[in-house]
Amino acid sequence: MAQALLEMRHITKEFPGVRALSNVDFTLHAGEIHSLMGENGAGKSTLVKVLTGVYPRDGGTVFLNGKAINPKTPKDAQDCGISTVYQEVNLCSNLTVAENIFIGREPRKFGMIDWQTINQRAAELLAKLDVHIDVTKTLDNYSVALQQMIAIARAVDVDAKILILDEPTSSLNEEETAHLFKIMRQLQKQGLGIIFISHFLDQIYEICDHITVLRNGELVGAYETAKLPRLELIAKMVGKDLNEVKDMDNFAEKSVPSDEVFLDAKGIGAVGKLNEVDVQIHKGEVIGFAGLLGSGRTETAELLFGINEINKGSLSINGKKLHLKNPMNAMEQKIGFCPEDRKLSGIIGDLSVRENIILAMQAKDGILRHIPYEEQVKIADDCIKLLRIKVSSREQLVKNLSGGNQQKVIIARWLATQPDLLILDEPTRGIDVGTKTEIQKMAISLAKQKGMAVVFISSEMDEMVRTCTKLVVMRDRRKVAELTGSDISSDGVMKAIAGGAA
Amino acid sequence: MDMLKKFSGSSLFLPVVALSVLLIFNTLFVDGFLTIQMTEDGHLYGRLVDILNRSCSLIILALGMTFVIATSGIDISVGAVVAISAAVVCTLIGGRGDGVAEMPMSVAMLAAVGVGVLCGMWNGLLVAKFKIQAVVATLILMTAGRGVAQLMTEGQIITVYYKPFEYIAGFLPNMPLPTNIFIALAMVLLVAVLMKKTSIGLFVQSVGINPTAARYAGINVTMVIFLVYAFSGLCAGVSGLIESSLIRAADANNAGLNMEMDAILAVALGGTLLSGGKFYVGGSVIGAITIQTLTTTMYALGVSADQLPVVKAAAVIIICLIQSKKAQEMFDKWKASRHSQQKNDNKAVFGKAVKQL
Amino acid sequence: MSSKLNQMIASKYFSFFVTLALFVILYGAGMAIYKGFMRPQVFLNLFIDNAALIIVTIGITFTLIIAGIDLSVGAVLALVCMVLAWLLANTGIPLGLAVLLVLVMGTVFGAVQGYIITKFDLQPFIITLAGMFFCRGLTAVISQDTIQIVNPDWVALASYRIDLGVGFISIGAVVALIMIAIAAIVLGFTKFGRAVFAIGGSESSAALMGLPVFRTKVMVYAISGFCASMGGLAYSLIMLTGYNLHGLGMEMDAIASSVIGGTLLTGGVGFIPGALIGVLIQGVILTFISFQGTLSAWWTKIVVGALLCVFIIMQALITEQKSKLSSKRSMEDNNNPPQAATAAQ
Repeated sequence: MAQALLEMRHITKEFPGVRALSNVDFTLHAGEIHSLMGENGAGKSTLVKVLTGVYPRDGGTVFLNGKAINPKTPKDAQDCGISTVYQEVNLCSNLTVAENIFIGREPRKFGMIDWQTINQRAAELLAKLDVHIDVTKTLDNYSVALQQMIAIARAVDVDAKILILDEPTSSLNEEETAHLFKIMRQLQKQGLGIIFISHFLDQIYEICDHITVLRNGELVGAYETAKLPRLELIAKMVGKDLNEVKDMDNFAEKSVPSDEVFLDAKGIGAVGKLNEVDVQIHKGEVIGFAGLLGSGRTETAELLFGINEINKGSLSINGKKLHLKNPMNAMEQKIGFCPEDRKLSGIIGDLSVRENIILAMQAKDGILRHIPYEEQVKIADDCIKLLRIKVSSREQLVKNLSGGNQQKVIIARWLATQPDLLILDEPTRGIDVGTKTEIQKMAISLAKQKGMAVVFISSEMDEMVRTCTKLVVMRDRRKVAELTGSDISSDGVMKAIAGGAA
Repeated sequence: MDMLKKFSGSSLFLPVVALSVLLIFNTLFVDGFLTIQMTEDGHLYGRLVDILNRSCSLIILALGMTFVIATSGIDISVGAVVAISAAVVCTLIGGRGDGVAEMPMSVAMLAAVGVGVLCGMWNGLLVAKFKIQAVVATLILMTAGRGVAQLMTEGQIITVYYKPFEYIAGFLPNMPLPTNIFIALAMVLLVAVLMKKTSIGLFVQSVGINPTAARYAGINVTMVIFLVYAFSGLCAGVSGLIESSLIRAADANNAGLNMEMDAILAVALGGTLLSGGKFYVGGSVIGAITIQTLTTTMYALGVSADQLPVVKAAAVIIICLIQSKKAQEMFDKWKASRHSQQKNDNKAVFGKAVKQL
Repeated sequence: MSSKLNQMIASKYFSFFVTLALFVILYGAGMAIYKGFMRPQVFLNLFIDNAALIIVTIGITFTLIIAGIDLSVGAVLALVCMVLAWLLANTGIPLGLAVLLVLVMGTVFGAVQGYIITKFDLQPFIITLAGMFFCRGLTAVISQDTIQIVNPDWVALASYRIDLGVGFISIGAVVALIMIAIAAIVLGFTKFGRAVFAIGGSESSAALMGLPVFRTKVMVYAISGFCASMGGLAYSLIMLTGYNLHGLGMEMDAIASSVIGGTLLTGGVGFIPGALIGVLIQGVILTFISFQGTLSAWWTKIVVGALLCVFIIMQALITEQKSKLSSKRSMEDNNNPPQAATAAQ
């Protein structure tokens, strides 16, 4: 075999308290499209960021064409020939297309920027990618798909040897994806090595030659796409043996849903967020939204909580048709929501545990009906005891707690409002195993003992299988299957996610 | 020792220390600084009373500014709103030489405060609803507001001869302290009660620290921001009454001049981060008194009113640098690098010692 | 028809044309109402009277494009007038050196503000607000009274008029127009200028594309300081004094001019010729008020504030319209949903 274009050996990266990458190898050949696979927190983006100089690595070596390199900034990496196109296009939307391609290295005439040459060369470059647009218009005139092509044009023109595409297709439609793939194949023929990251399995199987799977910051293996069945790939990503996947034990007795329907959503969707989902949620039920990242599971939850407005389909709660305009509307219907991104939309970091716990309750009561301090203390103490939140005192600042305990505080915030429906979006992400089990058990006991409906969203298949009585499986922002009873198994879910082609 | 440590970590540490330093300085260098005398008609009289008297309108402004800054906004229009409020109350009472009021004083006062609230609501509308940067939204009123005040007074300084008007910033008969001290006290108490009996503090802090999470928890972020500016307008309106009563006139050019800077400085000195979040009403009040003491001290040193901003601007920048996260990081890094160097040195010495063994 | 309108609204120069039309209408109205507007000299006076504001607006436009702000410009202008007057009155240094000194002073002051803002990641409005009070105070420290400039060369320069046939303009106006041209070229045709726009569009993207973000930002504030001091010189040529209250509130006039001329307060968009028209519109309003005779001068500030409001709200609406357009695009995408995944065998 010819010398590899890129070789990463024993890459290690640590963040305070977490080992994000340990001893990971990665090899890329010229003219190859290579997929990097793994669930959230597997280390994909960390590996890419180490390669592109965003993070310094703590150990290991990187060879480009056999020469050791050590890029310290994205610019360094670019100068080495490693270019990246991110999901959120990193260009300036207020500049013209041509300028976005050439900024920082503009051709000049008499010391002045030579706009004519820039526009001409930009048009030529894009024409090579089969993109024919007016390059003198500003970038925000064009769709995300075209912006991505423009980003690729910039990336390729800076003499790239390696092109990294980080989730480029997550906001593209079929036609646009096809166009992108055509360009990728064309670049492949020119001898570029392409690293392709995507959550859409079909796309991986359509375009990639090789797949490298990471899990928990460790290398699982590198495979030829043709020799790796989908089911096996998913098993490797979630870390279960195929056989093990098949007979997973139930660790706690599941809840028994009542016949009473709490929430009924028919064909709900929102422009640019969700296509169409039917969901019926019964009281006393733990319902799971399964699917890979970007499949529409979080988007559905956000519609049910009024964070985004539904503009398709109908929603009724307790038999009444409703239009939720904001979270308060949903809270009035006794719905609670623990968001996916704890830091960004969950905790109020500089406030105490007590204040964070009573926040939603207070918001519901209104600004004037202040909950007396003694009662706040009681509620907070009860929650801390009930959920076994580890704090030095109830007045400790939430930002100083561990991830698991922060999560519990947010759950406590909603439990304090005594909801009929609690939506937990990735409640166990990035927290230790013990706490994970605790949260799963809590979800079940809430449904069993209080008759609460719980929506459970997780990337980890086995915890969904263990906790949920019904699973709504999603792909490409729509519902593709609904599993109940004995159909709920890792195997079944994976098959549904993989799209029956396995 | 423990108590000292607790105090030095508290939000009141900086303003109290600054105030103490100023008071000690004054005691040492200003004759009779601490003397308080009683006049024949039962009024207290002395430099300390004077400082307190003068700091009242600033305390009130700082109260409003504290909430605005806590939501990570700013209101630089307060000085102009003070001028507008002063213009309203003075034109309504009127400058009749025979000392008769054209309108009942209570109506005039209510109108002035009401106009202040309207100004605040205008700012709130621009910031909360139209999402215009707070500084630009309030800059409009800061500059145009003085024009409005000028229009009301028709470019004149309206002097009010109506006797009771003096009472706002002067002594009511048989009261030991000037009225405005009671007004400021009432405002502080009002805020204290609001803080104690409503959830305003929790809501404002949540919005200032993490607006997204606040929205996800069901808080109406737009409304909170709107109300905060309206309250700042109310405070400016009340301040306008005091400022005009102090000179018994409406001077559209100079009423409340540079007070926005004083208010911001008072809030920052009181421990509230200028980037928003946790706020300290008590700190702001002491901060305001400190600023007024500084102003008085500077006057005593022969610095004129229009030169003072040099010192205050420098103070703001220094407080900003102290509060800056980046500066703290740099300091920590510098400390850590020094520390690790020492440790390395120690290790080297220790290693040598081990080898020798 | 409506799509054409949408396209027009989305166009980069939309607000510039609105501004230009507004200016023409205002001026036309002036000609219809007051005969005085017919005289070419009245038009030229717009440039003479507003030379300082034009120059200051250039600098503030730079800071607005990078999504910053500089509130200190009016105070820097006053400080420059004062220092120049003081130097000429109390020292024997030659005029040229004094002018150079004040220019350096203003530029360095701007650069220091920029350095503090960028290095410590502080909000520009707080630092430049403090800068504003600092400079005003410093002006008063130098002198609380007006200092007259009697330097014969400077006085001669102030009264020098360039004959254009139909009328005349002043040195200050010429300098202002030259600076407008230079600024337009710098922003449009140099690497630095384009980096300024890129930072305004997205600072993180600009950094990822390898542009010198730190240096550019500090330079922008330095330019703003330089323009404020050039503006101070132009102001000094009109007033021939140093005075504590010169240029009071000028920061808003400058921001208003820039915004009226099409600069977005959210950064990334700015147009120097537009800013010039923005100043001229204010000038026309001022002329109106002075021709009218009975309206008090305070109306100018109020009208400028109102104009600023109208234009900011218009900007907000345009931005909304734009995002509606782009969400419509994605709705079209949604009509043929991403089936790529399922379509593949």
